Amino acid sequence: MIQIEENKCDFCGCCVGVCPVDCIEVMESIIEIDDEICIDCDLCVFICPIDVLSSVATATI
Amino acid sequence: MWQQQQFDCIVVGGGPAGTTFAQVASRGGLSVLVLEKDRDIGMPVRCGEAISDKGLRYFHDPDPRWILSTIDRIKLTAPNGTEIEFDLNDKGYILDRRIFDYDLAHMAVQEGAMVVTKAYVNGLIIDNDMVCGVKGNYLNTPFEVKAKFVIGADGVESRVGRWGGLRTQVKLKDMESGIQKTVSGIEVQSNKFEFYLSRKWAPGGYLWVFPKGNKSANIGLAISGYFAKEGKSAQKFLDEFLQWKYPECSVLTTVVGGIPVDKTLKCMVADGLMLVGDAAHTVNPMTGGGISSGMMSGMAAAETAIELLHNKKEPTRANLNSYEKKWAKLRGKKHEKYYRIKEAIFRFDDDDLNRIADGIAAVKEEDRSLMKLFSIAVSKKPTLLIDVMRLFTGL
Repeated sequence: MIQIEENKCDFCGCCVGVCPVDCIEVMESIIEIDDEICIDCDLCVFICPIDVLSSVATATI
Repeated sequence: MWQQQQFDCIVVGGGPAGTTFAQVASRGGLSVLVLEKDRDIGMPVRCGEAISDKGLRYFHDPDPRWILSTIDRIKLTAPNGTEIEFDLNDKGYILDRRIFDYDLAHMAVQEGAMVVTKAYVNGLIIDNDMVCGVKGNYLNTPFEVKAKFVIGADGVESRVGRWGGLRTQVKLKDMESGIQKTVSGIEVQSNKFEFYLSRKWAPGGYLWVFPKGNKSANIGLAISGYFAKEGKSAQKFLDEFLQWKYPECSVLTTVVGGIPVDKTLKCMVADGLMLVGDAAHTVNPMTGGGISSGMMSGMAAAETAIELLHNKKEPTRANLNSYEKKWAKLRGKKHEKYYRIKEAIFRFDDDDLNRIADGIAAVKEEDRSLMKLFSIAVSKKPTLLIDVMRLFTGL
């Protein structure tokens, strides 16, 4: 799962450009990731210029 | 009300590629609606704001209001600090994109286009596999608008293309992670582009200092996604550089963004749909510059739309192929070559760059012809010859 620090985000859309499954939506000052579609590839985490996104291990039961 | 109208063309995105499309298509007699998701055209700026005189003049005479500084010289700094300077054959400018983009939109409106801001597009209307309009949200109210052509000018995100079935995702290694700060209170020469090349400053990219006049400059860098994967972000690289080089500077603005340094999309069109600008990966993959090439793709797409409508032809994928052909001739073919150069330079490590820079620095400036520089580069790094052969043979 990807965690977003929304206060840091500049809404540049760089993460959207590399996302292979189009699960990120960036509006003027809103960013949302659809966890149902996300495949945890972390490409968005790598490409973010200002460390807004981080990968969080999903708890397994 | 635009929500109740039908248009010949709907453009998603109000950057230079989208508004250039709108201007040319409107002048050609087409009805055009431009939908911009942000509240302002031209803001926030996501760009180093550099353009060549030739690139700008292809479309417009430079308006002094757009230009913050005129550049006629380049300084390259190698990893070991060796500096190489030379004059530019074609001068360049640092634009104020806030004013430039705004004026381009204004010109499109003067030709008859309609521009709407804060209009967020979140899907396409598709009928029998043909794109024929867009869906979205404007001030909390959903809308659907139909058109004969939809133009995806939605930048690096390029979702319009994806919704239309095109593969617009940028590979990690071909996406540059960029950040730029406009800093004030520094000594910087107003006529010079400065570039810093090193894996320690900007791995897989470069760092730039673009003067904006009045002791201010755009200082930014872009790193390849390939290196970003190692965990150090573009921001961390830039903060380190500023701390080292300009510890006393004030930061007035910070902008970030992705730069697709890729070959142009193989498929820029689908039935009823054309992609222009960053959305179609029209950035020059060697330099990362994309303003004039984006505008050029917008112009080529508009000419195709005008031709098809005037000849009463359907906007099928096959008919829209004429846009792809125009683009290949204008820039697309060249960009394939530039992409191969980028790939070759990508393999240079700091030792290679130092050897090449020291070799060039030993030559008097007036003797620095391109051929001379090239022969030095090859003598300092013989494998470069293989890369260059690859370049010309396309291997």
